[in-house]
Amino acid sequence: MSRPELQAPPEIFYDDTEARKYTSSSRIMEIQAQLSERAIELLALPDDDVPRLLLDIGCGSGLSGETLSEYGHQWIGLDISESMLNIAREREVEGDLILGDMGQGLGLRPGVIDGAISISAVQWLCNADKSSHEPRLRLKAFFGCLYRCLARGARAVLQVYPENIAQRELILSFAMRAGFAGGVVVDYPHSSKSRKEYLVLTCGPPSLSSATPKAKGEDGESCSEDDSSADEENPTVCISDRHRPRKKQKVNKKGKGRNWVLKKKEQMRKKGNVVPPDTKYTARKRKARF
Amino acid sequence: MKLLTHNMLSSNIKGVTNGFPLKIEAEKIIERPVEINPVFLKNMFAKLEWKPLVEASRTMGFSELPEDVPDMSVLDSDEFLQKFHHALLEIHLEEGALVCPETGRKFPVQKGIPNMMLHEDEV
Ligand SMILES: C[S@@+](CC[C@H](N)C(=O)[O-])C[C@H]1O[C@@H](n2cnc3c(N)ncnc32)[C@H](O)[C@@H]1O
Repeated sequence: MSRPELQAPPEIFYDDTEARKYTSSSRIMEIQAQLSERAIELLALPDDDVPRLLLDIGCGSGLSGETLSEYGHQWIGLDISESMLNIAREREVEGDLILGDMGQGLGLRPGVIDGAISISAVQWLCNADKSSHEPRLRLKAFFGCLYRCLARGARAVLQVYPENIAQRELILSFAMRAGFAGGVVVDYPHSSKSRKEYLVLTCGPPSLSSATPKAKGEDGESCSEDDSSADEENPTVCISDRHRPRKKQKVNKKGKGRNWVLKKKEQMRKKGNVVPPDTKYTARKRKARF
Repeated sequence: MKLLTHNMLSSNIKGVTNGFPLKIEAEKIIERPVEINPVFLKNMFAKLEWKPLVEASRTMGFSELPEDVPDMSVLDSDEFLQKFHHALLEIHLEEGALVCPETGRKFPVQKGIPNMMLHEDEV
């Protein structure tokens, strides 16, 4: 399979046709949901049931953000492809959407975001798609802004598909230079199909909470070619087992459901407010997890 | 775009030192019901810039928030929480623009999505 990153700039590759194709593939939907769940797990938010304000970088058509909503969080999604964002809007995702280029920075106030995820997007920054693009400057702008907008101690978990080790090291080095502590977690390192890489970054000086969490499917071996990452010496931090019953099953919190939303919309309309029409996506039932 | 997002956004143009708050030019405003979550609101309260929120919600036709930064104790009042919740999460800017307070550059908002892409000479 050839890499989309090598075919065209993201805003051109993800045109209307590709955006629709991407979001109607059940295989893609399932993979992106799994990656997002793992990213949330690695975010290791405090176990206190408080919904957070999170960022989804390269949010696309909202597949990753929907997982954030399922856990009850508010989120802001940024993407460079208008076509992808249009689909997200059509799907009535609960997060807010912004059309923007992460390589230009993020345009957010300092210290306000409780955590960030990015699923299958940041490797795009390593390409120079325009003559004015200098990947190193774009990585610097991105990580600098990401660091600034996060609250101290907050994490960013970026699932990436680097083209090779050098590219992963390049991305990681700019994260470290921006001030982040952390490293790479490689899940299922021995499987060419399931192998997934996550940069787990903590905002602020290294501490117990910035130690790189343990990877999955390592079979007891160190999982990474790079010994600074996922080092077995590192304590395992706040990582729950996949099979542990999940506490943050917010599904029941959404208890009021579709009927409540439809009724509320009707009341708002009666007050003379402009309220969007009801569609099949309106407050649709979320798939129950486990 | 929710006012929650507006309260976090700032103009990122090269050379701009104070890009917050972006001024709202509203052409179309819509409302979407969202279930209230008092814990979220209490947590957000500390992070918000109050005056810009009051100003923004007034521009959006909702003037029921107290003008001055309220004391933390208001967070125990249901009436306050309802208004705060409404302003933060239920009113959306659907069409219009966000204007950089320093340069006057307009970022268009279409179909609820602000276009924050910078031109090459703004990076
Ligand atoms: C494979 S999709 C993943 C979308 C979504 N996170 C998901 O899990 O389904 C990658 C996304 O990254 C976005 N992207 C690529 N480069 C970007 C950039 N410089 N700024 C913002 N988004 C970008 C693309 O437009 C695309 O929507």
